[in-house]
Amino acid sequence: MDIPSIDYLLDETAKNGQPIWQVVLREEQSDSGSSQESVLERAMVTYEVMKNAAMSGIASDMKSVSGLTGGDAAKYYNYLRNHKSLLGSMESRAVAYALGTSGYNAAMGVVVACPTAGAAGIVPGVLIAAQEEYGFSDREAVYGLLTASAIGGVVATRATISGAAGGCQAECGTACAMAAAALVEVMGGSPRQCTDAAALALKNCLGLACDPVAGLVEVPCVKRNGVYAVMAISAADMALAGIRSFIPLDEVIDAMYQIGCAMPSCIRETAEGGLATTPTGLAAKRRMF
Amino acid sequence: MSIGLFDIMGPITIGPSSSHTAGAVRIGLVCRMLLEDEVKSAKITFYGSFADTYHGHGTDKAVVGGLLGFRTDNEKIRESLRLAEFRGLSYEFHTADDPKLHPNTVLIEASSREKTVRVQGASVGGGAIRITEINGMPVQISFVEDTLILFHRDAPGVLASIAHILSSNGYNIGNLRLSRTRREGDVITVVETDVPVDGTTAGQLCSVESVSEAVVIPHF
Ligand code: SF4
Repeated sequence: MDIPSIDYLLDETAKNGQPIWQVVLREEQSDSGSSQESVLERAMVTYEVMKNAAMSGIASDMKSVSGLTGGDAAKYYNYLRNHKSLLGSMESRAVAYALGTSGYNAAMGVVVACPTAGAAGIVPGVLIAAQEEYGFSDREAVYGLLTASAIGGVVATRATISGAAGGCQAECGTACAMAAAALVEVMGGSPRQCTDAAALALKNCLGLACDPVAGLVEVPCVKRNGVYAVMAISAADMALAGIRSFIPLDEVIDAMYQIGCAMPSCIRETAEGGLATTPTGLAAKRRMF
Repeated sequence: MSIGLFDIMGPITIGPSSSHTAGAVRIGLVCRMLLEDEVKSAKITFYGSFADTYHGHGTDKAVVGGLLGFRTDNEKIRESLRLAEFRGLSYEFHTADDPKLHPNTVLIEASSREKTVRVQGASVGGGAIRITEINGMPVQISFVEDTLILFHRDAPGVLASIAHILSSNGYNIGNLRLSRTRREGDVITVVETDVPVDGTTAGQLCSVESVSEAVVIPHF
């Protein structure tokens, strides 16, 4: 897809009276030369892989390869089954599935990098939970995924989706924006509401450091996926209520990039600062290597 | 710049890190595709962040998995080191420092029964890769397009012959780049085409005097 900006995307939707996902589908069709139906089929397979990862993650207490993390999703899932959680049923499921996916990822399970493997729990967490809550079809869920991809695509084109280049705001921040837009899409919001939700989400991730303990995608990444899934839902809810983002999404993305470039390299995935160099973080690293 | 839907919503990959795992699998896979045969031995050198965290991220298993021919979504990658021993692939890992290189860089020197290839590549984020060197020659290949890699001698008329064979077989050249070694005469030409070049055409290309090899790697 060749979508240089959110403005362009919104223009396209307005010109043809189409939702964002249809614009994405059209773009992908003309890029890849495959039919819309086969693009949708591939997206359905992708969604299946997402579900499999989330469910595998909550069902097992497998440890990560390094042994640093593991079992948190199963713990939260058991808690949900036996207690009334603080979060409502949809939000708490989103947390469970996001934790599950990220834990599965840390254990070298098969996930969909969305937009990266480190942030792979947020979009599926939100979408699967919403599907269970509202009972829409897989096909409709996939429309949400397409809309999410448009947002991620613009971020990758205008800025970066790599923690090494832009900090975690570029990874989990982008995923959070994608998830918010996806949720608004499946709930029947307008294209503008989708991008407003994404803007609200991303704005609240600005400045987020990438400071993983021992340089591994585990601490704080796994739990961060859980927490940011909830953030995406709040952003979507506000947008559905008609709340606008004061700063339009294109400008938020540019701000994110500017902040990423200004971040010192010690908090851009090098594990030379932040949580990675706390006494506990360093001790964990020493135990491992 | 155009970006694929399934690059954002993907790739489908084993964890834990798209750059430390998925990208590493793909660089290993490139080596295997260049050898066009089972890999028998490999010396793998990690640089930068790869050197620091390859063990915890499973980058070692990922590269070896790629050398064994596994795609990024193959769960057998988790077992690749053991499978490699079983299948007679001997490997060794080294780490080195070179601040000039991208922080996620790996150098693989791999041999099959008959050939040896030396590939340096970087994993640049979200599973995307950039091969930066083949057999000591600087290249820039990311395999987002169907790619034809030609090994040949620097001789007058070779490029014209290559272009002629491709066009007479109906292939449209999207991009063509040429790299030379400091050593006399060896050239790698990288051609991106709209569809992968077929075996017959590759055979014709190999029969051009001074072309020693033509390897087709469809985008992946
Ligand atoms: S902290 Fe860094 S490694 Fe972890 S999810 Fe965020 S960007 Fe990825």
